[in-house]
Amino acid sequence: MLELEARAEPSRLMSFLSPLLAVVLMIAGGMLVFAALGKDPVEGFRIFFLNPVKDLYGLSELLLKATPLMLCAIGLAIGFRANVWNIGAEGQFMLGAVAATGVALHFDGSESALLLPAMIVAGALGGAAWAAIPALLRTRFNANEILVSLMLVYVANLFVSWLVFGPWKDPDGFNFPQTKMFGEAALMPVVLENTRLHLGFPIAIAVLVAGYAFMNRSYAGFRMRVAGEAPDAARYAGFSAHRMIWVGLLLGGAAAGLAGMGEVAGPMGQLTDKVGSGYGFAAIIVAFVGRLNAFGILLASLLMALLYIGGEQAQQYLNLPSSISMVFQGMLLFFLLGADVFINYRLRLRHRAAQGH
Amino acid sequence: MDAGLFTSMLFATVVAGTPLIIVALGLLVNEKAGVLNLGAEGMMAMGAVAAFAVTHESGNPWLGVAAGMGAGMAMALLFGVLTLTLMANQVASGLALAIFGVGLAAFVGKPYEAVALQVVPPIRIPFIADLPLIGEALYNQQALVYFSWALFWGLLWFLHRSRAGLVLRAVGEAPSSAHAIGYPVIRIRYLAVLFGGAMAGVGGAFLSVFYTPMWAEGMVAGRGWIALALVVFATWRPLRVMIGAYLFGGVMITQLFIQGSGLQIDFPSQLLSSLPYWATIVVLVAISRNAGTIRLNSPVSLGKPYRPDA
Amino acid sequence: MTGRPPHGTPSAGTPRLVLKGISKVYPAVVANDQVDLAVQPGEIRAILGENGAGKSTLMKIIYGVTRPSAGRIYWEGEEVEVANPAHARSLGIGMVFQHFSLFETLTVVENVALALPGKPALDELAQRIAAVSERYGLPVDPRRHIHALSVGERQRVEIIRCLLQNPRLLIMDEPTSVLTPQAVRKLFETLRQLAAEGCSILYISHKLDEIQELCHSATVLRGGKVTGECIPAQETPASMARLMIGKDLPRCAHGAAKADGDVRLRLAGLSHASEDPFGTDLKDIHLDVRAGEIVGIAGVSGNGQQELLRAISGEEVLAEKFPVQICGVEAGRLNPGQRRKLGLAFVPEERLGRGAVPAMSLADNALLTAAHSQNLLAGGFLRFEHARDFARRCIERFNVKCGGPGAAAKSLSGGNLQKFIVGREILQAPRLLVCAQPTWGVDVGAATFIRQALIDLRDRGCAVLVISEELDELFEICDRIAVIAKGRLSPTRPAAETTVEDIGVWMSGLWPGAETYESQPPTKRAESPNA
Repeated sequence: MLELEARAEPSRLMSFLSPLLAVVLMIAGGMLVFAALGKDPVEGFRIFFLNPVKDLYGLSELLLKATPLMLCAIGLAIGFRANVWNIGAEGQFMLGAVAATGVALHFDGSESALLLPAMIVAGALGGAAWAAIPALLRTRFNANEILVSLMLVYVANLFVSWLVFGPWKDPDGFNFPQTKMFGEAALMPVVLENTRLHLGFPIAIAVLVAGYAFMNRSYAGFRMRVAGEAPDAARYAGFSAHRMIWVGLLLGGAAAGLAGMGEVAGPMGQLTDKVGSGYGFAAIIVAFVGRLNAFGILLASLLMALLYIGGEQAQQYLNLPSSISMVFQGMLLFFLLGADVFINYRLRLRHRAAQGH
Repeated sequence: MDAGLFTSMLFATVVAGTPLIIVALGLLVNEKAGVLNLGAEGMMAMGAVAAFAVTHESGNPWLGVAAGMGAGMAMALLFGVLTLTLMANQVASGLALAIFGVGLAAFVGKPYEAVALQVVPPIRIPFIADLPLIGEALYNQQALVYFSWALFWGLLWFLHRSRAGLVLRAVGEAPSSAHAIGYPVIRIRYLAVLFGGAMAGVGGAFLSVFYTPMWAEGMVAGRGWIALALVVFATWRPLRVMIGAYLFGGVMITQLFIQGSGLQIDFPSQLLSSLPYWATIVVLVAISRNAGTIRLNSPVSLGKPYRPDA
Repeated sequence: MTGRPPHGTPSAGTPRLVLKGISKVYPAVVANDQVDLAVQPGEIRAILGENGAGKSTLMKIIYGVTRPSAGRIYWEGEEVEVANPAHARSLGIGMVFQHFSLFETLTVVENVALALPGKPALDELAQRIAAVSERYGLPVDPRRHIHALSVGERQRVEIIRCLLQNPRLLIMDEPTSVLTPQAVRKLFETLRQLAAEGCSILYISHKLDEIQELCHSATVLRGGKVTGECIPAQETPASMARLMIGKDLPRCAHGAAKADGDVRLRLAGLSHASEDPFGTDLKDIHLDVRAGEIVGIAGVSGNGQQELLRAISGEEVLAEKFPVQICGVEAGRLNPGQRRKLGLAFVPEERLGRGAVPAMSLADNALLTAAHSQNLLAGGFLRFEHARDFARRCIERFNVKCGGPGAAAKSLSGGNLQKFIVGREILQAPRLLVCAQPTWGVDVGAATFIRQALIDLRDRGCAVLVISEELDELFEICDRIAVIAKGRLSPTRPAAETTVEDIGVWMSGLWPGAETYESQPPTKRAESPNA
């Protein structure tokens, strides 16, 4: 009989290998899904995983999709490290988009070079403000931030929907639930010719680097890591638990808000009721798969973006619902959580105890 | 308010509260064993889609409910393997289950969107259903409404009168002590997790087969999360789960009635629809203010992984 | 393997329990190595060994909690494989755990019911509990919740739970660590009565005087191996110590204190309600600790030690400033970091998870409390090289056996981690050191080292406050001793002018001028005076 046995020390090799193992298992599982749906698994693999990145344009689309994911995920990871479970990035993303849209619509027609920076700031502040609600309720009233931040996602969704069906609806938009298109000065400049890849991508990379420095090099990041690993030790050392909750949620909210701003001022060019497209939830998976560290999040966001685009390709060429990408994303995280057990445990054959020789 | 309106609002409140009761009571058992499964939303979604599909194919809603229960248990089993056998983090695994379940349900349910089911007729309990005002509302209801009440009474008995319930509470409080005196902690936790999954599946089935009845992506609409909040709100006591669930049902129904009443109040429907979510937050704040109450009542080992050293 | 297994039916000549070549191998350590052991009916046998010698593992194997890697177990002559604790109980083996296996939110009778086979009716069971507690002099109210009981009462519940199954072998794991000296005597009477009725007792301890007083025979373990057997009555504590640790018990060098230093810690009427619903409230505590002295606080665990430590360290911030004064500054509202800047250093009771972060390296753990005092930061960023250097100094000066500054805290043995934490605090040159359970669970060598380090620190003019449940330790290192009971603190006495007996009486709350037990709210955990 097989049983798990605790390792004397966590295996460094396995902590490196387990994400790779999870990816391999996900691909294998995915091919099984294709086969079960009566599609050729090899063809499915090609369309899902290879087609999206076969040319430069495909790659740029991949980076474009990865941008909001890495932004949301690095912000969440900072909180997760300190056991601050902000799972409402989706809502903070939407509020960031709303705040940026508010600025864009208010200064509609402006040519000012300051408009875009103002939108960026507004996006970050909008996300942070939405995240401040769970932070306040947690620090003042001890209300669980998981549930509060999650409830606020639904609220945010309805709020956006009210805006685009009501006060912000484009009067010339044939009654579609959307605002008018932003002016040129309110759009993120494209950074790669003939693609949609915009300024948000280099910003996201910069945020990743800053996130790395914060988590791994700064005393504030150290305090958050201690709080996550051993809350009593943080208390013993005198690190304020309230401050961690605020920092974790505000940074997470700001990063998600920034990502939301990048979507409305980037590929969308306007606010619609479809602005919340699940990036905030997918970012939770990215953060875990990326092991809550910046470099891992970079890789994981690229992988998750690939799954998104793969899903679109599967819809187009295999006639499968695009929500298949969510199935893949879920599988990936499950396999990773399962594979991680081998960091601290190893498998061994259990032999019957108590035979003396 | 006239009597007819009262009766129909009460009727609708009971219906809206029922899935919350079923799911929250299942989660309560789950958490009494010391396991926190945040995946309720995903288990409900899977229960809803499985129940809908089977009902649609077979024409038998009870087969559908059974399928919903099975789907919820399958999801819970996945969670159990990860957290109980492989000792993965319960919060991360629960979040994963929530996201995955909603996604998988959307994928599986694609062919069933825009398909309608026959409305299942309610079961009328003779005599008491003729009571004025409340009779029609309470005793001419769906079978699962009666099931939720039976579940409540059964759970009260189980937790406080039965030996199995005593063991369950012991495992949730101090798994290492329970192990030391010889209880199979992991097996008991598996059973509790599966029960939680089964009830979440039934709750989802109620939504898609009896309540709406239809399937649409995102139709669970946060009820799994609200059920999780309800358990905290109820400080792990079944009676308070009932009260809380009907309060939430009342909030949902009230805003629907206001929207549908044709009252020309100048308040946007979207913002009214967010009322139940705000209500959840308000209630959470109200109950969590006193950290001592939560600590006194919550299962001590909730969310902490446990592995017996062999 | 040597020897033939004994056989035959249970009789006067058959040992109750025989272990042959029991080994237990964990990935990192060999906890038991070819252990042989035999217990006769009615025998009280000590299992003697210092912390980490493998005593508890061996007992868990007998009780079926843990499975051996190799070896045989014979119960009344028959070879058995103890599958689990329920099986052990059905054989007639009972165990009282060192860390009780009770459920706080359940009642006494519910706790007992959980360990009994079948489905006993609770009312009838309550009567049986009353009968057993009467017979063996173990008073306890079956209907109370465990969290409302004192530590001594909890132990009685554990013992009663075993006795209700008429055990023929009772395992007691370090039972006296939670008792006052007077309560220890009561317990010994009960155990002798049981043995006289034919029950065998395995008595695990590292306290030599107790073993001499109680036990008929002793098996000594060191490093997982049996190093000898003896009749305690024929040995001296020194000769048993040599069997236990392989050399003489080391003593600390201890000069007289200079009692004229300035007051470094003053508790001026400290009262504080515990934030833990099952905790103990602190009531009007007064204490001065001066530079150049070690003051000890004795007491049975759960009498407010945790709450007192948190109030002094700042982990629990008070509503007012004056009750805690550190080096002349009213510090009640300061957080732990601010108090540290006043010269306070603090060694908490829990090493892993509080005093150190288990998964982090020693260098990172150095940053935990020394970041500011040792200048390990630059502009809000960490100076890793400095942190490593400081950790390396702790390792060298305090003789910490480990894989270097990069080793994870959890990879160290209890004694070495404690030396690291004590070293980290002492090397910051504190003006006041507060140390909780300095040597709990630590091997004798490390314990002596740590005690000596505390004495040396005192001699350099630091004020030291030690809170410990080990009376012997307090008498070894302290200049003055006070007792905490039910959240109140006794006056201090010079250690040289008092005895273990006196302090033992005080531990029940009965010191001159103490308030009576009745003023205590019944829901709070506290040792009752007649324990």
